[in-house]
Amino acid sequence: MRAIGIILAGGNNHRMQELSQKRAIAAMPIAGSYRSIDFALSNMSNSHIQKVGVCTQYNASSLNTHLSSSKWWDFGRKQGGLFVFTPAVTSDNSYWYRGTADALYQNISFLKESHEPYVVIASGDCVYKMDFNRVLEYHIAKKADITVVCKDMPEGTNLDRYGTIKMNEECRIEEFEEKPIVAKSNTVSCGIYVVRRRQLIELLEKCAEEGLYDFVKDVLIRYKNFKRIFGYKIKDYWSNIATVEDYFRTNMDFLKPEVRDYFFRQYPDIYSKEDDLPPAKYNVGARVKNSLIASGTIVNGVVENSIIFKKAFIGNNCTIKNSIILNDVYIGDNTYIENCIVESRDTIRANSYHKGEGKVEIVIEKNERYVI
Amino acid sequence: MIKKEMIAMLLAGGQGSRLGVLTKKVAKPAVAFGGKYRIIDFPLSNCINSAVDTVGVLTQYQPLRLNTHIGIGIPWDLDRNIGGVTVLPPYEKSTSSEWYTGTANAIYQNIDYMDSFNPEYVLILSGDHIYKMDYEVMLDYHKSKGAEVTLAAMPVPIEEAKRFGILITDENRQITEFEEKPENPRSNLASMGIYIFNWKTLKEALIANANQPALDFGKHVIPYCHSNGSPIFAYEYNGYWKDVGTLHSYWEANMELIDLVPEFNLYEEYWKIYTKNDRLPPQYIAESAEVEKSIIGEGSEIYGRVYNSVIGCGVTIGEGTVVRDSIIMNDTVIGKYGEIYKGIIAENVRIGDSVKLGVGEERENETDPHIYNNGLVTVGERSYVPANVSVGKNTVIFGETQEEDYPDHYLPSGRTLMKAGDEA
Repeated sequence: MRAIGIILAGGNNHRMQELSQKRAIAAMPIAGSYRSIDFALSNMSNSHIQKVGVCTQYNASSLNTHLSSSKWWDFGRKQGGLFVFTPAVTSDNSYWYRGTADALYQNISFLKESHEPYVVIASGDCVYKMDFNRVLEYHIAKKADITVVCKDMPEGTNLDRYGTIKMNEECRIEEFEEKPIVAKSNTVSCGIYVVRRRQLIELLEKCAEEGLYDFVKDVLIRYKNFKRIFGYKIKDYWSNIATVEDYFRTNMDFLKPEVRDYFFRQYPDIYSKEDDLPPAKYNVGARVKNSLIASGTIVNGVVENSIIFKKAFIGNNCTIKNSIILNDVYIGDNTYIENCIVESRDTIRANSYHKGEGKVEIVIEKNERYVI
Repeated sequence: MIKKEMIAMLLAGGQGSRLGVLTKKVAKPAVAFGGKYRIIDFPLSNCINSAVDTVGVLTQYQPLRLNTHIGIGIPWDLDRNIGGVTVLPPYEKSTSSEWYTGTANAIYQNIDYMDSFNPEYVLILSGDHIYKMDYEVMLDYHKSKGAEVTLAAMPVPIEEAKRFGILITDENRQITEFEEKPENPRSNLASMGIYIFNWKTLKEALIANANQPALDFGKHVIPYCHSNGSPIFAYEYNGYWKDVGTLHSYWEANMELIDLVPEFNLYEEYWKIYTKNDRLPPQYIAESAEVEKSIIGEGSEIYGRVYNSVIGCGVTIGEGTVVRDSIIMNDTVIGKYGEIYKGIIAENVRIGDSVKLGVGEERENETDPHIYNNGLVTVGERSYVPANVSVGKNTVIFGETQEEDYPDHYLPSGRTLMKAGDEA
């Protein structure tokens, strides 16, 4: 592959509510066994990108633990590999990453010292499969300066947190609006860009000179009539998880057979860190319907239309409905949970009752756990 | 100079013929166990959990699956700069070339490997037991007793003692006599096939007995050390230990994992069992499914009803199918509206719709009653069972069977159905 990869995984936003207290969005657990960043990392690995940098900033400890070894995504290589960039104080810079462009600029030596002619930039908060080689071929064929991967969202989707795009008939981007209140188009940017490495270095250096820090606002939107910026439309599954509702919906999508088949059974695979957990166990009284159960879990109660992540324990006579139970949760006997996301490592006392009325409730109980 | 205090030699070359078709294509240590594991994962995990980071794995019979599984040892953290796991197949020498003719002969042929680590002690293990054991504690015992050889041993019911190698010890646990499968056992302490040797003692004994045909630890090396006056001690072990050498004991050991709090508990934080995992996705239990008293591996999709069973990774069980008291290994696909009772279904098997396994009367197997018994139905790997057939008890199926292999859609109890071709 003639590109290096950069994954922007530093972000956080208030739309994730309490879920972001613990971790960066890119470290959010997805579909029972994965974390959000696994999708971008696996796509890069499967596209034969050998050298990948991950920019992290906000509450990166979960993410750093997850990335502690690069072998899971096949990046444990002599050539290339996985590089994690957290902001660092240097003799001429003492700032955090002030924006996405600034995050890239502060690591510009990574770009300068590579020899690959192109760069693929992706974000760590999207669930999708993609062969970046296709985007790169398109980029070259269009003689583009920057290619932006985009997708048509279904009618009626609230687009006020996306960047919306309008393209002309040869797919050149004519309009790009960031977080519009009233969107003029339902085509959104997926936060995946292909750009020539030298072009990117030039753009970033100019931004830095002018004191501009945001890649979308200060590069894509500012340069859209000056540089050749093209859109590459995808039809496959793509979902951004950066709000509680979207996070919940994306996880629940995995209960659909076509989504499971696409991500779990079709080549190539999505990789993740292995946890060496035993098979899931169903004891007497277990009644599981239409649910995903990850390994290491022990079920004694009723589970319906739910996603149970790794190492959960569900006590006797419990009912879990339409909910997401994150990693390593202990749920005491006779508990009822409906329409909830239970935060990881939580301990729910016996006889608890949680029901999200009208919207998904995030359950965080910080009880002591007594393990035998 | 490289120096390792103790290295392990893991004997994994045997066929394990009493597992029948399960070991037709793979060595016994590579047979799947407990949903996602293979038998060899247990001694390998014990090694790394006991801080033994140098393991030679001796392979001979059908080593492909085993080699692929072990690789460079990444799942067990045995990918090391110095030491780690090394697969040791038999090899040609300038003067002779022979297969491994016995357990100790295999070790003898790898003296150079062991010498290269300059060890004080060598731990001999076999790849066909399910247990958790801290070899470091056993080594401490070995040292504190001033032993040259220590044998791990466990008390067994006296009436079963005649199936084992029995150790007779003095009050100090020093071994005074051995009895191999005695008619009238004088002790109930059975050898577990786990030995710690002082490397000097072992090397000397191996070289002295080099010309013994089928050189064996139990028959030749340990008696030789004993007659030479080396102090030999028994290390008593009282935890869970299961020989899975026969189909029935293999089935039983799998079933024991399902108990509410199993004696052999895979869910303990401490002493994890590691394995090479090809699959990550969670398992899906459908609306039409029912699962109770079972364990299920990653990426399986269950649409049918599963009771009291051990299901591997990547298995599909179709709607309306009932699986009871069975073991189903990785990547097997079972059709709709079938019934499976006491089945052992190996990897990558395809079973058509409305197939009934394990029905009908009890009748002894016609070819190998000592292997296929206790009402089990055994299906070998990559087999195919066509739709709408019924299969009796104590049966075995191997290969791509077709409808005409089942007259009247029925394979009576006790029958052996091996499809020719594929050197079956």
